[in-house]
Amino acid sequence: MLLKRLTMANGVSGNEDEVRNIIIEEIREHVDEIKTDRLGNVIAIKKGKEGFPRVMLAAHMDEVGMIVRSIDDGGFIRFSLVGGIDERILVSKQVLIGKDRIHGVIGAKAIHLQDKNERNTPLKIKQLYIDIGAKSKEEAEKLVKKGDYVAFDSEFIEFGGNLIKAKALDDRAGCGVLIDLLKEEYDVEIYGVFTVQEEIGLRGAKVAAYNADPSFAIVFEGTLCSDISEVPEHSHITKLGKGPALSLMDSYTIFSKKLNQCIHETAVENNIKIQYRQPSPGGNDAGEIHLTKEGIPCAALSVPCRYIHSPSSIMSLEDFEGCKKTAKLFLKGIKKGEYVCE
Amino acid sequence: MVETPGLSGYECEISNVIEEYFKPYSDDIVKDKLGNLIILKKGNTGDRKKIFLAAHMDEIGLMVKQIDEKGFIKFTNVGGIDQRTLLAQEVIVHGKVDLFGVIGNKPPHILSEEEKKKTVKMEDMLIDVGLHKEEVKEIVSVGDIISIRRKMIDLQGDRISSKALDDKAGVAVMYECIKELNKMNHDCDVYAVATVQEEVGLRGAITSTYNIFPDIGIAIDVGFASTPELTNDDLSELGKGPAMGFGANIHPKVYEGLTQIAKEYNLPYQEEIHPGETGTDAWAIQVTQSGVAAGLISIPLRYMHTSVEVVDLNDIKNAGKILANFIVSLNLVDLEEMLCY
Repeated sequence: MLLKRLTMANGVSGNEDEVRNIIIEEIREHVDEIKTDRLGNVIAIKKGKEGFPRVMLAAHMDEVGMIVRSIDDGGFIRFSLVGGIDERILVSKQVLIGKDRIHGVIGAKAIHLQDKNERNTPLKIKQLYIDIGAKSKEEAEKLVKKGDYVAFDSEFIEFGGNLIKAKALDDRAGCGVLIDLLKEEYDVEIYGVFTVQEEIGLRGAKVAAYNADPSFAIVFEGTLCSDISEVPEHSHITKLGKGPALSLMDSYTIFSKKLNQCIHETAVENNIKIQYRQPSPGGNDAGEIHLTKEGIPCAALSVPCRYIHSPSSIMSLEDFEGCKKTAKLFLKGIKKGEYVCE
Repeated sequence: MVETPGLSGYECEISNVIEEYFKPYSDDIVKDKLGNLIILKKGNTGDRKKIFLAAHMDEIGLMVKQIDEKGFIKFTNVGGIDQRTLLAQEVIVHGKVDLFGVIGNKPPHILSEEEKKKTVKMEDMLIDVGLHKEEVKEIVSVGDIISIRRKMIDLQGDRISSKALDDKAGVAVMYECIKELNKMNHDCDVYAVATVQEEVGLRGAITSTYNIFPDIGIAIDVGFASTPELTNDDLSELGKGPAMGFGANIHPKVYEGLTQIAKEYNLPYQEEIHPGETGTDAWAIQVTQSGVAAGLISIPLRYMHTSVEVVDLNDIKNAGKILANFIVSLNLVDLEEMLCY
């Protein structure tokens, strides 16, 4: 399964090689032109028919993770976070370090040795380290070096009601959607972009959008879904299994109302479940794309992901398929002259 | 062993796995009423000195407390779980069928600064099994056990990481010991017992020791190994040999015998000082019936009671050898005399 390959690949921001290679291999035969730019964004172009608009489609390749800072005398590895991770989820997890995927674990002092106060105080990143089983600094340095990227070690699992659990669903879900879209034929020109460094500030999208000059852009994401019991209904953001979610407003972007209406209609007309993402924090590549040059109208169509930015994110395969189908039908339905910027 | 669930009070499945491993090397295997797995390796003579080994086969875990109106599962702990290790953890809910689940958390994007500074309390956590309430209720009931899902991995050298090495490491020591004894001549009858319910109060050791009432009872458990946040001086280190317990819980002659053997055979060992309660099966063994000479061997282990415990396999092998040679060394010994103060 492509999604499995995508999520099992490690691509912490700044280290998107593994993901990029899978994507290029997958789309190469289906696009007219493909290139990797200076930052590492993959840009794939499918030519359209005369008089039809050009559409930019984007999904980011990178994921949140960690990076090695130093190795201490005992061979324990200190690290920093790359992207927004809740520090409290790090304890008692397995990780993979560097290209050779060296196994490591993030442990914690035994509960027996903690005082009551410690038990109720989250561990800070500075108190945590990775143990690879090395006996000394020298032994560890043979396998791990400063600057090695660290990803969560998490299996791809299908479970529950047509759900999957994996790491990096944000945004391999979007990558999966975009790869699939590039395998279809359209009248519109497709300017497909797989971006780098989204998680540390939408860096790749900023340069990838510069030369695109599209009539509008659609961003595909794995997005926040907090429809769990401890969170009140008004903060659920999206709901699992209720279809892909169209963004209205987040921390960086107010999305195109016209695009939202058209995409929403497409889904409804074709009996595909669709939902709006509650206006709430977070952001995606649209934050940079919509401010490029004179401005680019943007929509974001996302697959809801529970426990995002953790090793155990969950999404619904039905939402994923709904996202692909809605986007495909919408793109195929665009008529000559429609959306063409003057 | 570490990937088979074996929560305290629910050791049946793990017990069967352990039994399979010991079968070829033992003379008799029975289960007592509490579920302790008693493996007998008979000695040569008829004088029937009894050596009792105990390593607990139970592990800590969780239990279903409630299924909420949205189908999420609320839970409580079985044994000493550190709630800080639970977020984003994968679990198996053992209902009518096993269900995969994840312990969920709010996305970091919507957490307030205040929230980030607080530990999420276990009672506020929930398990997501990805099914509708009706489906969950069909399969899961209050009281069903939940085990942490974790694959064992190899680290560098001979080190491994997994959940439940506390105390499958100890069971592995008994296995190594019994295997060694199969190649040796020993007079004592050896009862290797995989005990139940240690994590909730040494309960299996209480009943199993009572029945057998051995001359010597040695618990094999895990001990705290040093890590950067723990001081080196009084903790054992990974890979430097099993730690021989010393203190009021341990009969001095048993300690002496074990360390002598280690020296004699040039096997590495460390020492672990217990000023009082050891928190191991040895604590229960010692006060059985009219009293038993107890010993304690600890396998150094990092990150105890997390799902990423780490041990060095050499410590397990060496402990097995020391133990087997100690048992053989008792052949010509008058235990009455040896254990006399």
